[in-house]
Amino acid sequence: MDVMTKIPVREQDAKVRATNFEEVCLGYNMEEAQCEASRCINCKNAQCVKGCPVAIDIPAFIHEVKEGNIEKAYQIISESSALPAVCGRVCPQESQCEGKCIRGIKGDPISIGKLERFVADWARENGIKPQGATEKKGKKVAVIGSGPAGLTCAGDLAKAGYDVTIFEALHEAGGVLVYGIPEFRLPKEAVVAKEIENVKSLGVKIETNVVIGKSVTIDELMEKEGFSAVFIGSGAGLPKFMGIPGENSNGVFSANEYLTRSNLMKAFNPTSPTPIMRGHKVAVVGGGNVAMDAARTALRLGAEVHIVYRRSEEELPARVEEVHHAKEEGIIFDLLTNPTEIIADEKGWVTGMKCIKMELGEPDESGRRRPVEVPGSEFVMELDTVIMSLGTSPNPLISSTTEGLETNKWKCIIANEENGKTTKEGVYAGGDAVTGAATVILAMGAGKAAAKGIDEYLSK
Amino acid sequence: MYKILKKQELTTNIYLMDVEAPRVAERCLPGQFVIVRMDKDAERIPLTICDYDRKAGTITIVFQTVGAGTTMMAQLSEGDSFHDFVGPLGCPSELVKEDLESLKKKNILFVAGGVGTAPVYPQVKWLHENGVAADVIMGSKTKDLLILEKEMEAVAGNLYVTTDDGSYGRSGMVTQVIKDLVGEGKKYDVCIAIGPMIMMKFVCLLTKELEIPTIVSLNPIMVDGTGMCGACRVTVGGKVKFACVDGPEFDGHQVNFDEAMRRQTIYKTAEGRAMLALQEGDTHHGGCGKCN
Repeated sequence: MDVMTKIPVREQDAKVRATNFEEVCLGYNMEEAQCEASRCINCKNAQCVKGCPVAIDIPAFIHEVKEGNIEKAYQIISESSALPAVCGRVCPQESQCEGKCIRGIKGDPISIGKLERFVADWARENGIKPQGATEKKGKKVAVIGSGPAGLTCAGDLAKAGYDVTIFEALHEAGGVLVYGIPEFRLPKEAVVAKEIENVKSLGVKIETNVVIGKSVTIDELMEKEGFSAVFIGSGAGLPKFMGIPGENSNGVFSANEYLTRSNLMKAFNPTSPTPIMRGHKVAVVGGGNVAMDAARTALRLGAEVHIVYRRSEEELPARVEEVHHAKEEGIIFDLLTNPTEIIADEKGWVTGMKCIKMELGEPDESGRRRPVEVPGSEFVMELDTVIMSLGTSPNPLISSTTEGLETNKWKCIIANEENGKTTKEGVYAGGDAVTGAATVILAMGAGKAAAKGIDEYLSK
Repeated sequence: MYKILKKQELTTNIYLMDVEAPRVAERCLPGQFVIVRMDKDAERIPLTICDYDRKAGTITIVFQTVGAGTTMMAQLSEGDSFHDFVGPLGCPSELVKEDLESLKKKNILFVAGGVGTAPVYPQVKWLHENGVAADVIMGSKTKDLLILEKEMEAVAGNLYVTTDDGSYGRSGMVTQVIKDLVGEGKKYDVCIAIGPMIMMKFVCLLTKELEIPTIVSLNPIMVDGTGMCGACRVTVGGKVKFACVDGPEFDGHQVNFDEAMRRQTIYKTAEGRAMLALQEGDTHHGGCGKCN
């Protein structure tokens, strides 16, 4: 084998997978994993670890894979990560661990994500559980939200011996892992539910159907229910719309609604009682990972799907792998295109979308070249469904009902990056609720930092 | 699990249930709603809170069987449980935040249409318990569809019942009763109208003419009920609002009812198919080509 080239990972054929909701990536088998692991040169000053928001001891676990000690490899990963089967699938490794890999300078970096996934899947299939606390601290901590930040924080605190309860607003635990990321990227029963079981096996309790700020407030949790500290990992759940005419027409959805119907409510399955619009021609407005997820979902539900994005391919915020998969499956990219109006028939149903062509001008404050309209380039796309995927912002429900919890102008909770400390004593926060919409692993990193911060606070 | 302690068929196809939900009962206020799921695969159904008992930790819900989901829900019995029951969602009614003394000076009119009587009841009851007597107009298509009349009578200042077909009480629409009352010299400072969207639209057209500020409670399509999906967006005073977190109550004179009614029909075809499949049971063969 060529040590410069990574072992390719098996995937479902693009034509076949475009018609089903089965997982796209099939993962490594033992032989492939060991082969890939043997490419790692086990750097002393490992850069990959620095690229990992939760600082997994990557060379150590890869070494164990090479030796065939997968259980050992799993215990090494789970010291740092509560959700390895998830991270192995959805982390942007190319800009984190793999982006820093020394092997990547001259050849392909080690496929760290695929190896992590292999280890986590193997552990699950072989019934290996993470190790829990040996000593109890006798103090209660409440975690708000059961997404990546909350699960990680809860897992770490439980391992440190705290009595942890997670409060989840929806009927199912998992947050964005359950309502946002589709089945074909992250299987719910087989992967997400099992990772959550692992967190519960550490002693974490999960109470669903509790909307903090409505069912109970943070102050009440601390004063009446005996929680000594609280971690807020409530995510960024509020969808943005463009504010263009016709946006309330029948057939215009937020990506959040579309994906929640399909993922959480299982509307992709025809026997689900929750309906979903199965359009003929769908435009997904936006270029992030959520836009790719919505587009690929609509495609699998039988539609011709266009991604409509106002900048060029280079600026697409989605992961390269997601864009690549979307293209392979037949998603059409209408780049440098911006919607200006949604057109509806006399009954209010969408029939088209007026767009204008864009070109790139000078860089703006984000460093990306600013898209400017090309005069006279308006045209109409005929379609029956529009999915707005323009990003999300934090839900003000918690900040507005918690005395002394400060937010910034984007309604993000103000928290110290190193320990998650907010402006309210005993209350910590992390993940999208603090940063605005970001990634699963960054949220996990913040959950981890906050767990440490809470432990220090309660150990005083 | 959320146990059903009491179930009662109020009238044909309208059911009342007392459900154990201590967290909701502890904090809910008139005007708020819950979302329920009857089993682990069921859809999320938003329902307004009809009554609550903080001591017993129970919530009273009232629902009409309109689709497959509510029809199956009606088959639950006392002792059964809901799989999920979340709340209280939405903002409480403005009334409960107002100064009691100023409330007592106000002439308040409630207009309840059909199953909309259920969410009106806790507001009138709350006012009654706080020493405020409000007038209530209750309307339904026909005598058999009237609900909670006795309960309402016990808490309302004056109760005016009307049926569209004249089979009971006054005869005609609720708007006619408003006109009659105002014609008799009654003056109202505020009107709260809850019922079918079309009723609220016409009440608002009338009260605008009569210059009576009017609050309505909207029941658009929802998924999560916490502001996450935006399915429930409505236009109020030219601005887009999410009924689940900004409402469900809004200034009725500012609501774009035509848009709201149109948006309620988004899944009508899918809902119709689901209902057909339920009614036909094993004999349903999916002639439409879309069913299984």
